Amino acid sequence: MSKKYWETLPQGSVVLEAGSSAKFKTGGWRSMRPKWIEENCIQCMFCWMYCPDMSVKVTAEGKRAEFDYDYCKGCGICALECPGKKGNKAIVMEEEGK
Amino acid sequence: MGKIVAVTGNEACAQALKQINPDVCAAYPITPATDLMQRFSGFVNDGKVDTELVLVESEHSAMSACIGAAAAGGRVATATSSQGLALMWEMLYIAAGTRLPIVMPLVNRALSAPLNIHGDHSDGMGARDTGWIQFYSENAQEAYDNTIQAFRVAEHLDIRLPVIVCMDGFIVSHSIERVEYIDDADVKKFVGKFVAVNPLLDIDNPKSYGPLILTDLYHEYKRAQHEVMTRVPKVVLEVAAEFEKMTGRRYGLFETYRLEDAEMAVVVMSSAAGTTKDIIDQYRDRGVKIGLLKPRMFRPFPFAEIANALKHVKAIAVLDRADSFGGMGPLYSEIAGAVMQMDTKPAMINKIFGLGGRDYLPDQAEHVIDELITLAKTGKVQAVKEYIGVRE
Repeated sequence: MSKKYWETLPQGSVVLEAGSSAKFKTGGWRSMRPKWIEENCIQCMFCWMYCPDMSVKVTAEGKRAEFDYDYCKGCGICALECPGKKGNKAIVMEEEGK
Repeated sequence: MGKIVAVTGNEACAQALKQINPDVCAAYPITPATDLMQRFSGFVNDGKVDTELVLVESEHSAMSACIGAAAAGGRVATATSSQGLALMWEMLYIAAGTRLPIVMPLVNRALSAPLNIHGDHSDGMGARDTGWIQFYSENAQEAYDNTIQAFRVAEHLDIRLPVIVCMDGFIVSHSIERVEYIDDADVKKFVGKFVAVNPLLDIDNPKSYGPLILTDLYHEYKRAQHEVMTRVPKVVLEVAAEFEKMTGRRYGLFETYRLEDAEMAVVVMSSAAGTTKDIIDQYRDRGVKIGLLKPRMFRPFPFAEIANALKHVKAIAVLDRADSFGGMGPLYSEIAGAVMQMDTKPAMINKIFGLGGRDYLPDQAEHVIDELITLAKTGKVQAVKEYIGVRE
């Protein structure tokens, strides 16, 4: 007899696969989108350090790269912490879809 | 062969835990369960067990630590009462939903307010819907036997659910009774080696406990949780049959007393059943066809089996040692649910008794049986729900 769908679920809702959170793309939650302005970036990596979702990508050379919009929830911590260059922020928040 | 001793209910349960020797116990003291865990902590101190005893700052933490230890892959136990169980509330659902086989003696005690340390079933009934299996014990022997059987039920690979083993606070927990202990080696053999399922400490196979599951799958997980509960009665009876082979003591989903040819029945759980049996004997001597049904397993509730056992009676009194304010007594609701499946429905009344440790005296049982006799004759229920033993 074939099992019903709910009978195939792992007991006690245990996730038996490591690192499966990568499959859960949380970028869809975002209403505010961080925008990286490269000319104002001093490569301090504060954004990378503060991001709670590891959504700031880093190049092979250890340089700041583009945001990973698949996971960025748009919390804005990076924009708040960004020291910018001479008073000009390297990260600004923009309304999503504009 | 076992040893016959004179011990309290708490002492007997502590002995059961000692013989089972769990990997982890996390507990916080609360009257009247304090004495149980205090005795067990003595066994830890004296090296009689090699349990990791985690002394925590609250019952919420106690159950949290038990959940962590069980998920890690250990055999886990704790004990509590009343407010302690209430403080565990959210964690109780997590233990059951995560399918962790934790065993917890619950020394039944009233809930505040007003503050009261004595026995009633308010605490256990409050945990009715948490997904834990629940056993209620009449005396110290049953509390001891149920605790040992609980591990087998909880840890059965078809079940993997936490189990609460209840006994009445003070009435059983602090009264010295004759108890027959099973030999250590026999308990060890009966309970067997703990088999971990998806243990977190299996670091070669990393996994996550406690995921977020929303509208896409939550309903299916609850359906699966309901299904596992339906498998419990069979396992409980198998474990009981094996236990009977070892001890000669018979357990079922419920106990019946002089019920086979009865025209009327009293349904009551735990220590009050003992008093009721005595009074039933007196009425039987006078030719009154009265019997008793004492549920042992309250969760899952064996609706069909109980309906079958009560199918021939004309009138039933359900005695609840807990109230659902503004509703019927919790045991009454279950019996009413069972009776609904019967072709001819008996007349039913609900009596709330013994709250906050108020003594359940023989005259209360007599009062109930007298009312049942009239009820069986007339079939007319005067008041469905009533308090008995109230000072007026």
